[in-house]
Amino acid sequence: MDRNQSHRNRRRVLKTLHFTALFLTMMIICIPGLWIVLNSFRPTVEIMAKPPVWVPSFTLDHYRAMFAGAGEGGVPVFSYFRNSLIVSVTSTLIAILIGMSGGYAFARYRFKGKNGYFVGLMLFRAVPGVALSLPLFIVFAKVGIIDTHFGLILAYVAMNVPFTIWLTDGFFRQIPKELHEAAEIDGCTRWQAFWQVEFPVARSGVASAAIFAFLTSWNEFALASQLTRSVGSKTMPVGLLDFTAEFTINWGGMCALAVLMIVPALILTFIVQKHLIAGLTFGGVKG
Amino acid sequence: MTRRRLPEWFVLLLPAIIVIAAVVLIPLLFSLYSSFTPYKLTRPSTLWKWVGTYNYEKILSDAKFWAAFGRTVLFLTIVLNLELLFGLGIALMMNKVTWGQRTLRTILMFPMMFSPILVGFQFKFIFNDNIGLVNNVLQSMGFNVALPWLVDAKLAMFSIMFAEIWMSTSVFAILILAGLFAMPRDPLEAAKVDGCTPWQSFRHITLPFLMPFIYIAMTIRSLDVARAYDIVQIMTGGGPARRTELLWTLMSRTGYVDARMGLANAMGYVSILLSILFTIYFFRKLSAARAELGMAG
Repeated sequence: MDRNQSHRNRRRVLKTLHFTALFLTMMIICIPGLWIVLNSFRPTVEIMAKPPVWVPSFTLDHYRAMFAGAGEGGVPVFSYFRNSLIVSVTSTLIAILIGMSGGYAFARYRFKGKNGYFVGLMLFRAVPGVALSLPLFIVFAKVGIIDTHFGLILAYVAMNVPFTIWLTDGFFRQIPKELHEAAEIDGCTRWQAFWQVEFPVARSGVASAAIFAFLTSWNEFALASQLTRSVGSKTMPVGLLDFTAEFTINWGGMCALAVLMIVPALILTFIVQKHLIAGLTFGGVKG
Repeated sequence: MTRRRLPEWFVLLLPAIIVIAAVVLIPLLFSLYSSFTPYKLTRPSTLWKWVGTYNYEKILSDAKFWAAFGRTVLFLTIVLNLELLFGLGIALMMNKVTWGQRTLRTILMFPMMFSPILVGFQFKFIFNDNIGLVNNVLQSMGFNVALPWLVDAKLAMFSIMFAEIWMSTSVFAILILAGLFAMPRDPLEAAKVDGCTPWQSFRHITLPFLMPFIYIAMTIRSLDVARAYDIVQIMTGGGPARRTELLWTLMSRTGYVDARMGLANAMGYVSILLSILFTIYFFRKLSAARAELGMAG
C-alpha cells in the first residue's frame, strides 16, 4: 500500500514536470511571434512608453500608414508584396520543374559518378548567400539584370534546385519501377507515363519540395539585399529595412509589415503541413 | 552525318546543371579570380592586376579575421549542439503527449516559416535595452536593471545564439519526432520485459534508431548555416566593437562598406570551404547511418 502510494506520487510529479516543461517550451516558441503581432496593433507611444504599459490598446495606425503608400512616411508595401509574390512563385515553379527532372534522373537511371554529381549539386546549395552575393552582384551588374525580377528569379532558381532534387529523388525512388513499365506496356510513352502515373503518386513529395522552395525565396535576404535597389524589385525582407533610420526604428510599422510577411507563409504551410513532414523524412531517410 | 544522342539522364539533368553553372559556378570562378587581385569596386582597373596569394596571406595573418573565424566555428558548434539537444528533448516530450499532439506539432513548425531577417528584427526588438520585452518584464518584476542585451559583448552573443536556436530547433524536433513515430514498438517492449531501465533502452534502442533522422536534420541545417548572417547583421551588425563579428559579417563589411572585393572574396572562399566541410561531413555520416539501418538505396 505504502509502496503503491509512493509510486503513484512519483508518477504524478513526473507528469507535472512533463507538462510544465512542454508548456514552457511552447511559450518560448510562441511568445516572440505573438509579441510582434500584438505590437503591430499598438500605438508607437505605447510601445515606447517607460515604464511599460502592460494593458495593450488597439489601433490600426501602422497598417493604415503602411498601405497609404510612400507619401505619408509609409513604405510602398504593395509593390514589395507584389515583387515578393512574383519572384517567389515564379522561381518556385521553375525550380520544381528543373528539380523534378533532375530528381527523376537520379532516381531512375544508373550512370557513372552518380554520387559524385549528387553531392556536387548539394555543395552548390551550401555556398553561403553572402559569399555568393559579392560576385553575383558584379556579374549581374555586367549583364544588366541587376534590380530586375528576372535576376532575382534566376538566383533563387539556382538556389532551390539542389534541395528540390534531393527531396524529389527520394520520392521517385519510393515508386516501384513496375508502375511506369506497366504504363509503357499499355502504350504510354515514357513522358506520358511520368505525368499520368508517377507524378500523381509523388505529388506530396513535390508539394513539400515546393513549399521549401517557396519559403526559401520568400524569406531570403542576403542575396536580395544586394541584387535589388528600387521599389520596382525590392522584396519584403529587404523592405523591412525601410523602417530603420540611422538611430531609430519604427517598431510598430515594422511589426505590421512582418505580420504581412508571415501570413502567406503561414497559410501555405498549414495547407500542406501533412506533406511537409512526410516529404522531409521520406526524401531524406529512404532516398 | 552521325549524331550521337546524349544519354537521357544527362538531358534530364541538363537544365539543373545549366542554371547552377550560370548563377553559382561562373560567379564563383570570377570571385576566385578576383581573390587574386586587389580588386576594388571604386577602381575597376584594379581587376586586371595580379597579386598572387597576397589577399590570402593578408587575411591569414590578420588577427581580426582569425578572431571572426574562431568565433564562427565556436558559434556553430554551440548552436548546433544545443539545437540537437533541445530538439531531441522536445521530440521526446511531444511523443509522450496523449492529446492535442497535432496542434502542438503545428505550433512547433511556427519558427520555420520566419524569415531569418525577421527573426533578427524580432529579437532585436525583444532584447532592446530600453523598450524590449525582456527588460520590461525584468523591471516589472522589481529588478531595477536595464541589461544591455545587445551592447555588452557576452550578452549580445547570448542573444544572437538565442535567436538562432529559436529559429532552427524546430527542424531537429520535427525530424526526430518523425523518427519516433516510425519506430517499431517491439524492441522497446522486449527491453522492458528484460528489465532495462528507461535510460538503457533509450541509449541502446531509441537513440541508434533515431541517428539517421538526426543526421538528416544536421545535413539540412549544414546547408544553410550561413543564415545566421542575416540575424547577426540585423541584431548587432557584428558590433559592439567587433565582439560578435562572424566570418560572414566581416566579409560583407569588407566587400560592401570598404569596397575591397578582392579581399572579401578571399574571405568568401574560406567561408565556402567551411560550409562545404560541414556538409560533406554530415553527408558521410548520413550515408553511414543509412547503411547501418539497411536503408541504403
